[in-house]
Amino acid sequence: MTSYISKRLLAAIPVLFGLTIIVFLIMAMIPGDPATAILGSYATPENVEKLNRDLGLDKPMFQQYLIWLTNLLHGDLGRSYTLNRPVLDEVMERFSATLILAGTSLILCSVFGLIAGVISAVRQFSWTDRIITFVVLVGISVPSFWLGLLLILVFAVNLKWFPASGMFAIYGGGDLPDLLHHLFLPAVTLAVVATGVIARLTRTAMLEVLRQDFIRTARAKGVSERAVIYRHAFKAALVTVIPVIGIQAGFVLGGAVYIETVFQWPGIGSMLVKAISTRDLLLVQGGVLVVAAAYVLFNLAADVVQTVLDPRLR
Amino acid sequence: MSRSATATTSTAESAKSTSSRPSSLHLLFNNKLATAGLIVFGLIVLVALAAPLLPLANPDATAPVDRLLRPLSDGHLLGTDALGRDILSRLIWGTRVSLAVGISATLIAAFFGSMIGLVAGYAGGRIDTLLMRGIDMVMAFPYILLALAIVAVLGPGLLNALYAIAVVNIPFFARNIRGIALGLSRREFVDAARLSGKSHPQILFLEVLPNVLPVIIITMSTTIGWMVLETAGLSFLGLGAQPPQADLGSMLGDGRKILFTAPHVSIIPGLMIFALVMSINLLGDGVRDVLDPRLKSGALTRPVARTAVIRDSVPQIAEPDANAVLDVRDLKTEFAFGGEIFKAVGGVDMSVGQGECLGIVGESGSGKSVSAMSIMGLVPTPPGRITGGVALLEGEDLFAATDERIRQLRGSAVSHVFQDPLSTLHPLFTVGDQLVEAIQAHQSLSGSEARAKAADLLKLVRIPNPAERLNAYPHELSGGMRQRVCIAMALADDARVIIADEPTTALDVTVQAQVLALLDTLRKERNAGILFITHDFGVVSAICDRVAVMYAGKFVETGKTEDILSSPAHPYTAKLIDCVPVLGQPERRLDAIEGRPPVVNKLPIGCAFAPRCPRAQDDCRAAPIPITRFGDGRTVRCIHPLTGEAANA
Amino acid sequence: MPDAPLLSIENAERVFGGGRTMFGQPKPAVHAVQDVTITVRKGETLGVVGESGCGKSTLARMIVGLDAPSAGRIVFDGRDIVKEARGDLRRLSREVQYVFQDPVASLNPRKTIRAILEAPLRHLRKLDKAQRETRLEELMEAVNLAPEFLGRYPHEFSGGQAQRIGIARALAADPKLIVLDEPVSALDVSVQAQVLNILDDLKRRFGLTYVFISHDLSVVESVSDRVAVMYFGRIVEIGPGRTVFRTPRHPYTHLLLDSAPAPGRRLRASEDANTELPDPYDPPPGCAFYARCPRGTDKCIAQVPPLELMSDEADHRAACFHPHEAQ
Repeated sequence: MTSYISKRLLAAIPVLFGLTIIVFLIMAMIPGDPATAILGSYATPENVEKLNRDLGLDKPMFQQYLIWLTNLLHGDLGRSYTLNRPVLDEVMERFSATLILAGTSLILCSVFGLIAGVISAVRQFSWTDRIITFVVLVGISVPSFWLGLLLILVFAVNLKWFPASGMFAIYGGGDLPDLLHHLFLPAVTLAVVATGVIARLTRTAMLEVLRQDFIRTARAKGVSERAVIYRHAFKAALVTVIPVIGIQAGFVLGGAVYIETVFQWPGIGSMLVKAISTRDLLLVQGGVLVVAAAYVLFNLAADVVQTVLDPRLR
Repeated sequence: MSRSATATTSTAESAKSTSSRPSSLHLLFNNKLATAGLIVFGLIVLVALAAPLLPLANPDATAPVDRLLRPLSDGHLLGTDALGRDILSRLIWGTRVSLAVGISATLIAAFFGSMIGLVAGYAGGRIDTLLMRGIDMVMAFPYILLALAIVAVLGPGLLNALYAIAVVNIPFFARNIRGIALGLSRREFVDAARLSGKSHPQILFLEVLPNVLPVIIITMSTTIGWMVLETAGLSFLGLGAQPPQADLGSMLGDGRKILFTAPHVSIIPGLMIFALVMSINLLGDGVRDVLDPRLKSGALTRPVARTAVIRDSVPQIAEPDANAVLDVRDLKTEFAFGGEIFKAVGGVDMSVGQGECLGIVGESGSGKSVSAMSIMGLVPTPPGRITGGVALLEGEDLFAATDERIRQLRGSAVSHVFQDPLSTLHPLFTVGDQLVEAIQAHQSLSGSEARAKAADLLKLVRIPNPAERLNAYPHELSGGMRQRVCIAMALADDARVIIADEPTTALDVTVQAQVLALLDTLRKERNAGILFITHDFGVVSAICDRVAVMYAGKFVETGKTEDILSSPAHPYTAKLIDCVPVLGQPERRLDAIEGRPPVVNKLPIGCAFAPRCPRAQDDCRAAPIPITRFGDGRTVRCIHPLTGEAANA
Repeated sequence: MPDAPLLSIENAERVFGGGRTMFGQPKPAVHAVQDVTITVRKGETLGVVGESGCGKSTLARMIVGLDAPSAGRIVFDGRDIVKEARGDLRRLSREVQYVFQDPVASLNPRKTIRAILEAPLRHLRKLDKAQRETRLEELMEAVNLAPEFLGRYPHEFSGGQAQRIGIARALAADPKLIVLDEPVSALDVSVQAQVLNILDDLKRRFGLTYVFISHDLSVVESVSDRVAVMYFGRIVEIGPGRTVFRTPRHPYTHLLLDSAPAPGRRLRASEDANTELPDPYDPPPGCAFYARCPRGTDKCIAQVPPLELMSDEADHRAACFHPHEAQ
């Protein structure tokens, strides 16, 4: 077991390396003079020259990568020219806000997705099942950025139950209740699509498992139907659902881009959108790298959970 | 897969070939939601296509005077936006753009993704590893983030957004298709094609691709909604369509800035995206249901805890069999597929005495497993149901018992051993946990007591190191060991009858001999009756005291094993014995039975075997043949039975 | 020379897995087939019996060129087919064909029977359209199927009919040797006989040679001239069918014959229930059957017994230091 986990951890290292290569290559694809492109409209001759030196653009590509990687490993992601501060500082600050939002959403979607899926499967063809199935379909079809706007209109503008934007109140905020108050709408909006996907998959997985021979065995043993469903079937279904929750983490992290923009959440998503429109490419690079690395680590965790559940994978 | 499941699918399949298959389109229209999706999607596409022909205002014509008109105002059905442009016109033109981008991105992603998946899955080995590691790398990025990074590099713009969305969806196709292609490439028909002289490209594109195509279509129909949504998202962020060009996403993005003052400007395009994606998803689900064979014919229905019992009348038993532990009379079990009723079991009488082993022999589809599984209500409902008969367990009618009573009896008075010990044990629980559960379902023992008993049970079925083996998972044991565990589970409580459904069919001969010997010893030690289902007369001889031969849902002959084997009375029994080679008699001519067994939804009035029977006469086909006494303890369902001499000749 | 071997397999070996990982650790390897030497004479049926995992299917796939041995030679009609199959499988496929275990899985569900049967005629025999038509009719007649079936799809056929189509496909290449890999084990008993009878009929009509692989002893006994018994990747006994089945010399063959259920026979005393098959990833030294063998001695752990001639009859070999006596 421990050996498996350490093996998985080791296997994540090449993936993380691969990420750096892809991110590096994407930036290398920028047409024209990279320094000017990176610095965009903020370019001054001194800056361009400095960046060219920093990036070692006179050297071959491979060496450029090594220099970049070495800097990266030293925590140096360069300087944002729009914000005039180190990229790493900005990214880390923003990332913690995103983590709060995405983490909450992920918990919401896992809990509600699993519950809805199981209920739907257990009461197959009932009205409950039909309603859940339809709501789920609506959930995965609705544009989350639009849903966010609707929720703001209803709950922030009209009902005034929740604030329309931001992470903390400007005056007198900053404590946990204030954070939760601000968190509610964006977290729910962000969770909607993933909840739908997880609920659907859970339903299918449960229905498939309930047809398996080992379920018949459990019934033949005289195990109560409740135990058949919640012990035998659910555990087996969970093995298929866990990796999908891992994938959903990616959708939630990515979807945060929209939600943060809509709710003006000071996370990495809204930072990226702004950075792209101002062509602050070092900031984009740093942001993408950090979020991707977090996603890889999360999937690793999902893998480990799955292995704990399923002895056949060990 | 269990014998009973194969039996039912094979009946379903033979039915398929006889009745005309409904076309895919017909099936799609049967699905109301999918039809609704198709209609809405069709309408949207039509309107979008007809945009140049419709009397619409110029979508880009600004009119500062008319800015932010509400919907239903004069000349502007849906109002105007911040620059006074007609929202209806922009909506229709924007839908056109969104649709075009979504569909093109889907096609691009489907083409490249499927190619990668096909090649990786078919080639396997290094090529597969290389391609899939590359795909994994792309998938290591959160979906939208990668699209953002690509747009960041290429610069904002609709075409760049299209490329970005297509690229990030390639892995999705590649993975799906690779999985299917890999499975297909290991199938025997690919080997067969190679041996028929086909080259690798010929096999890949002419043999594998046609089988993958439905999956590609399913994947496309389920992703296209996503693609529309994602391109709209990029435009919403200002990274897709650039002014003056507008798609639904950028309209929504423009409207966001004036959300509080003029909500209609953002709500209307959002509603349109929602309607479009929803209709596509409804349609996509319908397409998937039609094309995915697993979902066809309601395959994904959940069987309930116990077979439905719908008896018109309860037969009165005139002479209850005093010696029988289990006494079944006139059992009838049916399956309903589509509009057709398959009479899998059409009136079966059987009884099992204390410590007696009754074998039921028959070919697949004869109804032998269904008969056995009906007793404790383990035939899946839907589609199965018990429509007649009684099953008396020591005098108690099982078909009239409550669900709770049946649960109490399952695993205690009547236990089961199934065919494939790997699929019948839960893969995620240890052998010990599963045994303990079986024990605690009927006895209130503490955890440690139950565990001790579980170890005793493993010892009873001759498993070495029982205490250690309790911690093993099923996949860690060999087939023979697993079947011993299943037998141990069947003995967890004091079983009066063990129903064994082809318990040795999945095992090797030497292991089969061990398991049969074990079952034989245990039933004698514990004085438990066994109902033994098999297709093999050799296995019957090894363990069964009495045997019943089943054909087309009915017993055709019953009696002592030796009597039936030495002088079968029913022509079917005789033929079934003669068509199997016997060890030690290599010169014996094999006498094949011509024709095929009847499908149980269209049984003839008379003898079901008559069309294949050399002795059949007109009276065989005229009326149902009753089962009648035939000598000492034997019965036969034949009006022209073989006499002893004829059978030996 | 009437008895010249049509096919001879010399010290064939097949290892799956193995090699080393990126970090130099050896990967687990399985010897599916080890040191197998067999000859098949023209016109005979060689039966190969063994339980699951004994390597019989791997052997079959190597003979038809779908798999290549890791070591050893396979010679067909004087040609080294291992090399030949690596370059161009078609030359070999004109001589050696294969019938699969699962008749339905071996037919592409999206092709008509005509398309399936035409492939070898087109690619291997290079027949033109008219010739193909004639040949298709002959083939359908040979396996006793109506020519109308040509336009249908595999799902419309029962298992027995599908297997007959599989046989027709093998026959289409006009081969000298057909390898039959468990051709009847997926079929219902009443259908088995139909297929076995057709195979027997075809062999006589076209002068075919068969390698018949099965786990079913009674089926192998009824079709084979000679029989090879495999255990754990090796041939443990080989000889004329009659002799092997009447006077088995290897204890494993004994066990197999005693275990096989036969109508009219009560259960015979089986071996001690605690025995397990050896672990293919960690093979025991010496004789693989030692752990289950009532006759084993220290010599059996020390070395692998060679396949040696038994005295009673020419051509009867067994790999055992302590064989049973000829009765």
